[in-house]
Amino acid sequence: MNLLRFFTAGNVDDGKSTLIGRLLFDSQAISTDIIETLTRQSKSKTGNTEIDLALLTDGLRAEREQGITIDVAYKYFTTAKRKFIIADTPGHSQYTRNMFTGASNSDLAIILIDARHGVTEQTKRHTIISSILRIPHILVCINKMDLVNYSEEDFKKIEREYLMFAKQLDLKDIVFIPVSALEGDNVVASSQKMVWYHGKTLLDILETLEVKESVEKENARFQVQYVIRPQADNLHDYRGFAGKVLSGVYKKGQRVLVLPSAVETTIDKIEINREEVNEAGANRSVVFHLTDDVDVSRGNSIVPLEELPSNANEITATICWMDNTDYIPGQKILLQQNSFRTKAVIKEVISKLDIHSYKHIENDSSMKLNDLCKVLIKTAELVSFDSFADNRNTGAFILINENTNNTIAAGTID
Amino acid sequence: MGKSLDYLDELESEAIYILREVAGQFERPALLFSGGKDSICLVHLALKAFRPGKFPFPLVHIDTGHNFPETLIFRDYLVKNINEQLIVRNVADTIQKKQLLDAKGKFPTRNALQTFTLLDMIEEFEFDACIGGARRDEEKARAKERVFSVRDEFGQWDPKKQRPELWNIYNGKINKGENVRVFPISNWTELDVWNYIKREKIELPSIYFAHERECIVTVSGQLMNTNEFVTRDEKDVVVNKMVRYRTVGDMTCTSAIESTATTVDAIINELLETNISERGATRMDDRISEAAMEDRKKSGYF
Repeated sequence: MNLLRFFTAGNVDDGKSTLIGRLLFDSQAISTDIIETLTRQSKSKTGNTEIDLALLTDGLRAEREQGITIDVAYKYFTTAKRKFIIADTPGHSQYTRNMFTGASNSDLAIILIDARHGVTEQTKRHTIISSILRIPHILVCINKMDLVNYSEEDFKKIEREYLMFAKQLDLKDIVFIPVSALEGDNVVASSQKMVWYHGKTLLDILETLEVKESVEKENARFQVQYVIRPQADNLHDYRGFAGKVLSGVYKKGQRVLVLPSAVETTIDKIEINREEVNEAGANRSVVFHLTDDVDVSRGNSIVPLEELPSNANEITATICWMDNTDYIPGQKILLQQNSFRTKAVIKEVISKLDIHSYKHIENDSSMKLNDLCKVLIKTAELVSFDSFADNRNTGAFILINENTNNTIAAGTID
Repeated sequence: MGKSLDYLDELESEAIYILREVAGQFERPALLFSGGKDSICLVHLALKAFRPGKFPFPLVHIDTGHNFPETLIFRDYLVKNINEQLIVRNVADTIQKKQLLDAKGKFPTRNALQTFTLLDMIEEFEFDACIGGARRDEEKARAKERVFSVRDEFGQWDPKKQRPELWNIYNGKINKGENVRVFPISNWTELDVWNYIKREKIELPSIYFAHERECIVTVSGQLMNTNEFVTRDEKDVVVNKMVRYRTVGDMTCTSAIESTATTVDAIINELLETNISERGATRMDDRISEAAMEDRKKSGYF
């Protein structure tokens, strides 16, 4: 059984929390005591005995009071076919950073559209972010079909509208489903009221979608997190480079280059959980041993000779500004890419994306919360990277304010 | 190769990655060890992350004085087995030193008091990161907490000031006096933990398995173990039952569940059939209000 991570974008008004609630509820992922608590809460909130499924995902007191989602909430459920991790992200524009956060680890996006309203500014924003983050699969759930009399015509119209907008973005796999989260149509069970829809239900798609296989086909990438050097006498020569295979496959005996020092060596041994293996693929936490006694430390990359990444101290990237404080030109920052950290500075704000018109606006070097900008960054040390389009692991980074230590931006390398 | 990893392999690998990030980013980390199954899994994961080297952190235990004796015996057995450092600090000492009011009532839980001991200990050893076994599926407030959760000098969690956490990138940069709570098994569910325990053949304290025990049946129907800290009175309904514990906290606030599951397999089957959440079944401390956990976290609790 494998794992699918997905996120949901939309706001409470689109019925997002209700949809997640429905998914958990109908797939029997909710315990009876939680249902009891919810029934009690629903009753005190609405006076209604019907469960308000949205209450399931609103974890913080302020969220329950205001009926909104502020922060990313993670939910878990398992069916006979798969384990799921849902990042439930807030919809309001002031929470773009949280959507960015929840989406970053996802293989699939569920974008909710209210059937009565069609494609909105918010739909566009969620789709643009999904495209920047290169989410491999987009599932557009056209919700509240019960409020438009389950009309196929309305569904088709929104589908056309969405595709018109999406064609300017680089999205690979888009699927549309007509649902009613409130009534449960096409969420877990097929709808009897929309016989004109012949596609799969939402859960069916989630359970059967093929993901992850591609990560092993990418170039092999590995970064050292920690060097294991036991103090014991019998292990005097043990020097293990611990880290995770970020993508691709590494083999024992493979010729590799250590970056940024560019020293050539060979993988002598690969250990997983203290056992020697001949090869290790993406997502495995491993320990590498090298044949030569070369200088390797945390944050260094070990890459195959024939598949080298870029190695530079200037990068162009699209960043999402995430700090409440605006960008100050010349501000000293740190750039972190997985375990690698270096001092950096933003040399130039090249353009800013206007999320409403999808136009790149030049000559505006300001950056504030939720802005999406193309920037040129200069780093103190050489960074070894791939473009985000080629590799979601080595093409991503965060920026840290050296003074407050806050994560102030997240970026994807061009 | 070629096919994707099993979900347990993926969860394991993610947890190991997080533990190694702690080792790489912090100067004085610690692993908060409660003797419960989640922290025992953390120790197992740390063995996989750092052996043949030593752990780059000690295990630390906040002893409330109300622990189940089985937990303490197991703790000492485990520490001896893996040959790592254990630091214990007692809530009773904090109560005396700080002249705090001890817990009162029929079931006097020191749950809130252990926060004082924890914060004192962090200060005493200048720990900059504390690794814990909390999981997001346990409770609604936990569902919103980051893997690297920055706390101010008072140990407080501010949900509105959480750092965005993206991809595999964990920002553990802090100012002096602040510390980070790190939760490597954030994405595991109770069932995942048990499936992992089964697969890895991880040993656990005996109270996780069904055994006969004398219990008081509380007004709300919970089974509370009889012990020297619980005030007995004539109205108590006392029963002898086959029970086990789903979580291991204090004897004064953790209730048992009726069970005949004496093996890990039987427990997994029981979990698949049962329909009550973990904390709902066993924790009196979370029943106080809808936001009980949120409030405790904000004030520096785990």
